[in-house]
Amino acid sequence: MLQITNLHANVGEKPILKGLTLSLNAGEIHAIMGPNGAGKSTLGYVLSGRPGYEVTEGSVTFDGNDLLDLEPHERAAAGLFLGFQYPVEIPGVSNVQFLREALNAQRKNRGEAPLSGAEFLKVAREQAGALGMDMDMLKRPVNVGFSGGEKKRNEMVQMGIINPALAILDETDSGLDIDALRMVGDGINRIMRKPDKAVLLITHYQRLLDYVKPDFVHVLDNGRITRTGGAELALELERDGYKELAA
Amino acid sequence: MNRNAPTRHDEAWRYSDISAVEATWPLAAPESIIVPAGGNFARTILQDTGSIHQLDIAIGKGATTAIHVLNIGGDYGRVELNITLHEGADFKLGAVQIGGGTQNLEIITTVTHAEPKATSSQIVRSVLAGTATGTYLGKVAVARDAQLTDSVQSVKAMLLDRSATANAKPELEIYADDVKCAHGCAIGELDAMGLFYLQARGIAPADAKKLMLQAFVAGVFDDAADEDILIESALKKLGELV
Repeated sequence: MLQITNLHANVGEKPILKGLTLSLNAGEIHAIMGPNGAGKSTLGYVLSGRPGYEVTEGSVTFDGNDLLDLEPHERAAAGLFLGFQYPVEIPGVSNVQFLREALNAQRKNRGEAPLSGAEFLKVAREQAGALGMDMDMLKRPVNVGFSGGEKKRNEMVQMGIINPALAILDETDSGLDIDALRMVGDGINRIMRKPDKAVLLITHYQRLLDYVKPDFVHVLDNGRITRTGGAELALELERDGYKELAA
Repeated sequence: MNRNAPTRHDEAWRYSDISAVEATWPLAAPESIIVPAGGNFARTILQDTGSIHQLDIAIGKGATTAIHVLNIGGDYGRVELNITLHEGADFKLGAVQIGGGTQNLEIITTVTHAEPKATSSQIVRSVLAGTATGTYLGKVAVARDAQLTDSVQSVKAMLLDRSATANAKPELEIYADDVKCAHGCAIGELDAMGLFYLQARGIAPADAKKLMLQAFVAGVFDDAADEDILIESALKKLGELV
């Protein structure tokens, strides 16, 4: 589904990714772990097309098509979803309006008919309910006045509504209490644990992986994958630390 | 050159398109409106042809006036309001100006609290692209006897291009000592991270900008009699700029 080959990327003048190769197939959940500054968030931003993140070498294909050739909104329409580490507050724009516009823009891009207001609200209500968010929150401006945990849950509600083929979740577990972590974990499993979907979980800690069991765990250090293993690798990292592993 | 026309040395015309002003000088006398004590007056000014509107409004004791302005059309558009508030009167202005290309748009207000306990509120939002200029000069004058005046000015401008210009000057002249005169002013650009967030969810760049700008001007036309027309015209103009 996603094939990253020898990816090099700069932020400004600074090289961050230095030859990253990674392959995700449908039905798989991959976790990327690594120390601060290893390039984890940069990978998420490069894949979703954030301005200022420049690919200098290598390629990324998504379902066989050149991903790097697409604008951010085209990547979304193609089925890619980035869960933000720091979801952005957008005063004045309601969640409902934003999500309906986003979903219908994607559908239009794919040549599908737009959802009516009633159809959209039904989907939104289901997804919000499953993540313990009430509709009043969905009517409020995007992320404004939300706590850290609420913002992350809102990302999951958005993911449920948009229903992407590939989700890149950038530290979706940070800032969550234990109950919220379980809820987000359940959300990822429910929405994305399907034979035709894949997930790239970017995380610092093993604890989210208690709820979302990865098929593969990769260690990202200094801009490249330095080790790949199964779920047990995360436990090993938690026990021994990144330093020990690098040694 | 028209010798009697204002020049840039005149404070109220310092950012104006002087040649456009000279071409139309002398202006007709300002429209004069007297709102009787206890009365209610409302007016919508949709400036979409490039003209100068001047209104003098005296608001009587306990009377209210609500003015909504959408300043969007022509090379040079100016809306000038000269307001006098008597005891306990209330004045509300909700104004949006949206300019692109080489447009010069301005809103000039003088709000005089002549007597006690009057309230005034001015909300002005400008969206400017290209090499357009948008100006708000707003003077609030509080007379010596006008105790318990309560006045608010909220002025914000959004620049879509670095080549656009926003001028904003909330100005207070207060002779009473028991008054509340709030004023806020901000000039900025669309939040790049916000735009990326919207795009990452599938919204095309122009629509993302439009959505954020719509939010920026939202609320200014609440309660206007012609709210639908104003919003529709504003959105159409925004669509031309993004």
